[in-house]
Amino acid sequence: MRTAVIVPAYNEERTVGAVVRSLAADGHEVIVVDDGSADRTGEAARRAGARVIRHVLNRGLGAAIGTGVAAALRGPAEVLVTFDADGQHRSEDIPRLVGPIGCDEADVTIGTRSEKRHRMPLTRRLANWTGNALTFLLFGKWVNDSQSGLRAFSRPAAEDLELRCDRMEVSSEIIKEIKRHGWRLVEVPIVPIYTEYSMSKGQGFVTGLKTAIRLLLRRVAK
Amino acid sequence: MLLIQVFIVAFAVFAVSRAVVRFREGLLGLAWLVFWALVWVGVAVVVSLPQTTTWFASLVGVGRGVDAVIYVAIVFLFYLVFRIFLRLEKLEHDISLLVREFGLKTDREGPPEGGEQSDG
Repeated sequence: MRTAVIVPAYNEERTVGAVVRSLAADGHEVIVVDDGSADRTGEAARRAGARVIRHVLNRGLGAAIGTGVAAALRGPAEVLVTFDADGQHRSEDIPRLVGPIGCDEADVTIGTRSEKRHRMPLTRRLANWTGNALTFLLFGKWVNDSQSGLRAFSRPAAEDLELRCDRMEVSSEIIKEIKRHGWRLVEVPIVPIYTEYSMSKGQGFVTGLKTAIRLLLRRVAK
Repeated sequence: MLLIQVFIVAFAVFAVSRAVVRFREGLLGLAWLVFWALVWVGVAVVVSLPQTTTWFASLVGVGRGVDAVIYVAIVFLFYLVFRIFLRLEKLEHDISLLVREFGLKTDREGPPEGGEQSDG
């Protein structure tokens, strides 16, 4: 299946090159959305062989994913994958995410970081659980790893995907979309690579709190 | 009438006049004009006739008139902050849409014709 891998990247010049090379080596079309980085993220990604779309301003994860999806849909991709630029995902996990969509068993798959739980640092596990609980409370769907950045969408699902959250809330918004459209979801266990670098890139406590507050306010607004 | 009452009533009149000017300029919708006019007329009434708050307080079951005014004011401010939050979120999202359009327009490589990867 033709797979386009969308890599939202903000100040990831240290890792994005290697990430793009590993994806390109497996034959995927790689679209890096350089979300207004202050460093040379876009250049590094382009040199590594990615198609780079640059946001002139930093707009956040959700906006970057939206741009990546729009760019991928201009091409012939049958499956769209979102993939973190910080090096925590492995390219070899992609076929396992694409598989259920290829066999028409799923419209969306999420790479769930549940295996080898003991390797996930406690603070991160707590944050993820909070994200799951909040997502469930607000949108009524329980997902084992609602905040995972590794996901795959069938093309029809991606075409119907409506993202209005520009920042980290997008992870929960995607779960909302899955529920709203009644898409078939398969959660695929993946093994994340936790490096000191990737750990420093996730949502800190304050960002996490802001994400939670915005999610709550948005829910009230609807 | 106390000086503070005169000041506040004068400010309320000024605020209503500003709202009317904005409405005439087309910058404020009719619903919002009515809303702000009611708010400021309410303020003027409460300030110049404080006993009305006692009547309102006993109506809603709050002890003193001043307390009732403060409670209402806090709820009102929260509501305004919430509206501003919504408006900001919309503006932020509109900016994102602009940034996206611009990014896609300058997407030099474009979608791959035959799915070819560049050799990097």
